[in-house]
Amino acid sequence: MKPFRKINSRVVPLDRPNVDTDAIIPKQFLKSIRRSGFGPYLFDEWRYEDRGEPEMDCSNRPLKQDFVLNQPVYRNAEILLTRENFGCGSSREHAPWALSDYGFRAIIAPSFADIFYNNCFKNGILPIVLDSAIVDKLFRECKPGNNLMVDLEEQSITTHFGETIHFEIDPSRKHRLLNGLDDIALTLQHAEAIKAFEAKRAASAPWLFAIPK
Amino acid sequence: MTGITLYDKLWNEHLVCAEPDGSALIYIDRQLVHEVTSPQAFEGLRLAGRKPWRISANLAVVDHNVPTAGRDQGIADAVSRLQVETLDSNCAEFGITEFGIHDPRQGIVHVIGPEQGAILPGMTVVCGDSHTSTHGAFGALAFGIGTSEVEHVLATQCLVQRKAKNMLVLVDGQCEPEVTAKDIALTIIGKIGTAGGTGYTIEFGGDAIRSLSMEGRMTLCNMAIEAGARSGLIGVDETTIDYIKGRPFAPQGDSFEQATKVWRDLRSDADAEFDVVIEIDAASVKPQVTWGTSPEMTAPVNALVPDPEQEKDPVKRESMIRALQYMDLKPGAHITDIRIDKVFVGSCTNGRIEDLRAAAEIAKGKKKAASVKLVLVVPGSGLVKRQAEEEGLDRIFKEAGFEWRDPGCSMCLAMNADRLEPGERCASTSNRNFEGRQGYGGRTHLVSPAMAAAAAVYGHFVDISAMVEKSPRAPTNPAASNGHGKQPKPPKKAVKPATSGNGSKQKQVTKAAAKTRMPAKSKTSNTAQPATQQPENAKGRNKK
Repeated sequence: MKPFRKINSRVVPLDRPNVDTDAIIPKQFLKSIRRSGFGPYLFDEWRYEDRGEPEMDCSNRPLKQDFVLNQPVYRNAEILLTRENFGCGSSREHAPWALSDYGFRAIIAPSFADIFYNNCFKNGILPIVLDSAIVDKLFRECKPGNNLMVDLEEQSITTHFGETIHFEIDPSRKHRLLNGLDDIALTLQHAEAIKAFEAKRAASAPWLFAIPK
Repeated sequence: MTGITLYDKLWNEHLVCAEPDGSALIYIDRQLVHEVTSPQAFEGLRLAGRKPWRISANLAVVDHNVPTAGRDQGIADAVSRLQVETLDSNCAEFGITEFGIHDPRQGIVHVIGPEQGAILPGMTVVCGDSHTSTHGAFGALAFGIGTSEVEHVLATQCLVQRKAKNMLVLVDGQCEPEVTAKDIALTIIGKIGTAGGTGYTIEFGGDAIRSLSMEGRMTLCNMAIEAGARSGLIGVDETTIDYIKGRPFAPQGDSFEQATKVWRDLRSDADAEFDVVIEIDAASVKPQVTWGTSPEMTAPVNALVPDPEQEKDPVKRESMIRALQYMDLKPGAHITDIRIDKVFVGSCTNGRIEDLRAAAEIAKGKKKAASVKLVLVVPGSGLVKRQAEEEGLDRIFKEAGFEWRDPGCSMCLAMNADRLEPGERCASTSNRNFEGRQGYGGRTHLVSPAMAAAAAVYGHFVDISAMVEKSPRAPTNPAASNGHGKQPKPPKKAVKPATSGNGSKQKQVTKAAAKTRMPAKSKTSNTAQPATQQPENAKGRNKK
């Protein structure tokens, strides 16, 4: 996984609450057995006039001009600014895969849905929770050219106007993201503890370990 | 020492090790696997040269992509077919038990797991699917995960988690006969919002919950995720134990007896403290119809489509306007005047035998309205289908002009060929009314199976109270949960006049604290104790 340290980027304002993962990446694209290639279909129904299908070439599809991602000034932005409960609904990890494949590295919102929030960290995306009054202010200030600088080490966002905003993140997630660590390898460092736990459980609840005929 | 909640008990029971920052390694007893969220996980294992930690902890099934008609001709869509075949080959390679497309036990992952007895009280259960919350109905800690976590569980049998907070939703009193678990679920979501349960595990308690069958409890816990909670929970009682007994993956004989001793303790202690308590008066719950594009946008069937102008919060108002525009509805319209094009009865929310019985009770001897293009009835599993056919439900549906299909997720998320066309309006027993969920440009109204069947017959939503009085629907009481015998119907009250707006009446019985995340005040005036044999343990008090 790509480590996350510091980014300085323009910001895409997506001013909607409760953006669900069906909207982030519609179901037809979930048929893929790969982890990559979802970026062109990110927000497919909001982004294109026509109905998207898997493996479609998106370069000539008609765009919904008023959708924010289609505005040239927001091209190559790595930060998404949005409203509460972002990523609700389906657990599909295809949602962070699509966001990451498109180029987003950080998402700022007053709140996130739990499963989506978790999935972000597995894919090098930093979800930042800020007080909704601060998010309101960032929306007001969000104009093309007004970049934000996100520094994970410092847990800070610096605005175009030089204001510094602190954000919270739990230390183990920060450590993993900063170093791009493989979660499975870290857990396997506890292999002996897992085996001991399992042996104890098999003794106290043997029915959980019986294999049906 | 104060008592502990069921969630805390389950958490403690599965704690392998805790980190100083509050994260913890949790042991997973059961992983359910389906074709959509697993291929990249198996690929990850292969790339890293890892093997599954405990193969027998996994049970796989194909459900999202499978056709519900003409199955013997295979899957026409090549991309879907490849995904199904990929699960087959991954399970064969790693030695995981899979119910393939032609297995009589095949069905929706959250239907087949409990049906096989593969979900047991006290387990931790995960699946790469948000509706894994369903299995909390068994007093199991069950939650949906992403594909990276599917791989993590395959490789380590553990997950790194942070403990959630405890929320108790108490539904006391008795529901009207036309009110189902689905209506209770939507009422709760309408009250606390789709983010109301974020960061919490929701335990459902109260006598209205105790009197639900396992099918109803699964419906309720299934929708916990639509309230933002990864897990829903219901304490174990005799209804739970009776359901599990004799199922293929469940312990048998002495082992079953030994297990039940442990299972009977799987409830919150009487003096357990919850961070938040929400109370709902069961008698006030009405059959629900969602009018918007989020499950929280719900109202009683006899109400009106709400007016965004009445909403003070500008962000909410804007999303209501957007939703009404997408749904092509006008504020102030009667919900019973909304005409529908298609009906879907099925899904992991409402695809079980009791759901099909409820739909059949309404459809019996009637025909679908001429204006309704299609009524799909999709059983949750091959075994549900077989049982329904033994009971003659398929004949009722076919005589009514409904289509009787093969099991799968079908038009809940429309990954297979079953879908809405742009602009079509559907009465659906599924769980999400998001834009495009049931097909590009499609409009979804979430309802219970009986409400869906009634909409199919009349061509628009109807208040089924009167119909249910004439023909009581399939019982939902545990005493009759196996389909034997009927419960005496409680006396029916007069139907109240329509309320205007988004279920505002119900807000009166909610602890206001839920929305603001402030600890609710202690419950001082306990009403009558529930008249059940099982003491309702979840009568917890709040934190001071």
